[in-house]
Amino acid sequence: MPQVVSANRLDDGIVVFVGRDRAWVELLDAARLFDTKADMEAAVAVAQKDVAANRVVDIFPFEVKISGDTVTAVALRDIIRTSGPTVHRDHGKQAVHG
Amino acid sequence: MTVIFKNGQFVEDTWKTVADGEDLPPSGHVIVPLDWWQAQRGAFEGSNVPIGVRIEPGTKIEDYAADISRFALIALAFPKFQDGRHFSTAQLLRERYGFKGELRAVGEILLDQVQLMSRCGFDTLQITDGPTLAALREGRATVLSRFYQPSPAAEAPVGTRPWLRKPA
Amino acid sequence: MYRYDEFDAAFVKDRVSQFRDQVQRRLAGELTEDQFRIHRLMNGLYLQLHAYMLRIAVPYGTLSARQLRKLADIARRYDKGYGHFTTRQNLQLNWPSLKDTPDILDELASVEMHAIQTSGNCIRNVTADHFAGAAADEIDDPRPYAEILRQWSSIHPEFSFLPRKFKIAVTGAARDRAAIQVHDIGYQLVRNSAGEVGFAVWIGGGQGRTPMVAKKIRDFLPAADLLAYSEAIVRVYNLEGRRDNKYKARIKILVHEKGAEPMRLAVEEEFAARNDGRLRLPQSEIDRIHAYFAPPALAARGARSNAFESRKASDAKFRAFVETNVAQHKIDGFGIVTISLKPIGGIPGDATSDQMDVVADLAERLGHDEIRVSHEQNLVLPHVAVDDIPAIYDVLAKHELATANVGQISDIIACPGLDYCSLATARSIPVAQRISDRFGDGERAHDIGDLKIKISGCINACGHHHVGHIGILGLERKGVETYQITLGGSADENCTLGDITGPGFSYEAVVDAVETVVDTYLGLRSDKTEDFLTAYRRVGMAPFKAALYEKNPGADI
Repeated sequence: MPQVVSANRLDDGIVVFVGRDRAWVELLDAARLFDTKADMEAAVAVAQKDVAANRVVDIFPFEVKISGDTVTAVALRDIIRTSGPTVHRDHGKQAVHG
Repeated sequence: MTVIFKNGQFVEDTWKTVADGEDLPPSGHVIVPLDWWQAQRGAFEGSNVPIGVRIEPGTKIEDYAADISRFALIALAFPKFQDGRHFSTAQLLRERYGFKGELRAVGEILLDQVQLMSRCGFDTLQITDGPTLAALREGRATVLSRFYQPSPAAEAPVGTRPWLRKPA
Repeated sequence: MYRYDEFDAAFVKDRVSQFRDQVQRRLAGELTEDQFRIHRLMNGLYLQLHAYMLRIAVPYGTLSARQLRKLADIARRYDKGYGHFTTRQNLQLNWPSLKDTPDILDELASVEMHAIQTSGNCIRNVTADHFAGAAADEIDDPRPYAEILRQWSSIHPEFSFLPRKFKIAVTGAARDRAAIQVHDIGYQLVRNSAGEVGFAVWIGGGQGRTPMVAKKIRDFLPAADLLAYSEAIVRVYNLEGRRDNKYKARIKILVHEKGAEPMRLAVEEEFAARNDGRLRLPQSEIDRIHAYFAPPALAARGARSNAFESRKASDAKFRAFVETNVAQHKIDGFGIVTISLKPIGGIPGDATSDQMDVVADLAERLGHDEIRVSHEQNLVLPHVAVDDIPAIYDVLAKHELATANVGQISDIIACPGLDYCSLATARSIPVAQRISDRFGDGERAHDIGDLKIKISGCINACGHHHVGHIGILGLERKGVETYQITLGGSADENCTLGDITGPGFSYEAVVDAVETVVDTYLGLRSDKTEDFLTAYRRVGMAPFKAALYEKNPGADI
């Protein structure tokens, strides 16, 4: 399964992902997908530089699945983390999604 | 030469820490492990050579109550900053056992712990933590100037709430 | 209420400027996350699933209108316009940014509040009976003692690096509303035969993965020895508590492994050795702190209020509210009003900024400027004239704050769970919402009567599931949420831990399972006056187990 590399932004704590052009993005749709373990690990290594540069904290990769155009996390924890509280559909990333 | 933090500055350590099996200089001023002292104590019978001991966390200090006044220095080890047992040991040494010698903390000491340690009765800190050393060298200590607890480091003044609060 | 003097104010201010400096250095890259983490945790700032979370202390659950209004204002300006009241009488903000936290702490300091020691392996916010100072059954107000403990434990030089967190609760009545027997130390105010006020002392209670009911180690501790005895307990714990395994590091494990009697002896020995009287509280000091908590001057009124009685007679909803949400005040003509933060289908413990403002206004206008936060995640107006209750009710009703369900099946304690918390293994809030929706606050809920449901989203038990009459623990099995049910727990003076029914239930099935338990109770209770807990204690697990697993053979996931 493809993976996404994630972290929390240092100054506001918001969840971010390594984007297609390697910059950090806020929405999973814009995240870059890593199909191999080697690619993912390389991305984590690059992302670690932003930890060192105090831009983000707590880097970790997680699995996603693709159906049609949409990317969704696999584990419930990651689904909630990438969308927002299931009890507050108006907060978190799901609010931006509409 | 080791550097220790004392009274707000770094000074050269006049004590030598001796590992197991090393010979002791006759002049003393050495810090030996507590076990070593226990095993060799006979050799110091009647001697006034200044001796320091290093005590690991988890040691029951009450077992050594009779020996405490013999030591010129007691070094309490902090192998990990999270291990706060020796904050209590220090209080006991100062308050219950009346230890008057140098009380030293040795090990991983965080910046926030520096003042807490002095308030528990420590005189000197032998710090291994890099960031703490760097911060102290830059003069960046985290200090509060008001305390809600009395400290063995200084007697509480007479006045309101002497049992509780300790102004700077 | 306690008011900061110059000393307190300067202490908190110092602490905030220290944290401001630490945040600036972190944002400037001078501190790494590893170095910074301990600083932010010591100021109650966590990094959670979606963002940072700030846990603000509400000491012993007491707030003034000014303070609650400030919390509302902070939530509105620095967060998303709501906050979550917790089982430790704290308020959590779910979305603050790191760069704003020093400003938030400054705002808090301006109303004599802080977030000191709401995290970390230290003595946490001291909690107390939310009816303190108002309850008819009270021996003495627990809050002055909680305040004395708060001061003494603030940045304690000896006890800031304990084996694990340390929670103290104080209650002023024999009827325990502060769950003292599931705290590291529980102090219960009592009178000795000479009529003097002191404490019965309980230690070693706690929930988490190894729940324990506290052991009583003293029948009577003179009030003057509160700090000296606390110091003895915490010192024995600091020196002897386990540090090899964080799951075995709480004092409950030490008490359990060492034995209650040897532990009692160790504490007494330490207490006796500390004979210099340095921490002995002078009566003048106890009196001085007590004076801050002097009850408002409530002129006794007639026991009967016409406005109140006629509204009760004409309005069934109001009558239901009074029955569940109004408790006996120690002075005739007054009542204690509990404001339920459990609207049917709502998020337990959440309040919007607007709601906080409404409650603050009511407290100021009709409640002698006092608000309490209960460990059951509700708010309380402790001193209201019975005459004013109809007016208060009308305002509450307008703002979804008048749900008449206190103590009922929908008055559920729930931790934030997997919707917010990075430690959680399953969601708690939506389970609470679905149970609340299923039973509602109507005739059915009324018929079921007193029933406390408590839900935790992981083994750490922040939702107090071990002491729920019905407890629900959310776990994760092979990537799927599963919910274990316990029955017969209680956090009051007859504290018990719940028994596990058996295999857990899926997210979809757990509400049906709760309904099965409730229906079983309704079928076997001796009469309407036998509440769930009493019935469970009489009949035991067997009929519930039979109903749960024979009726739902597919439930054992």
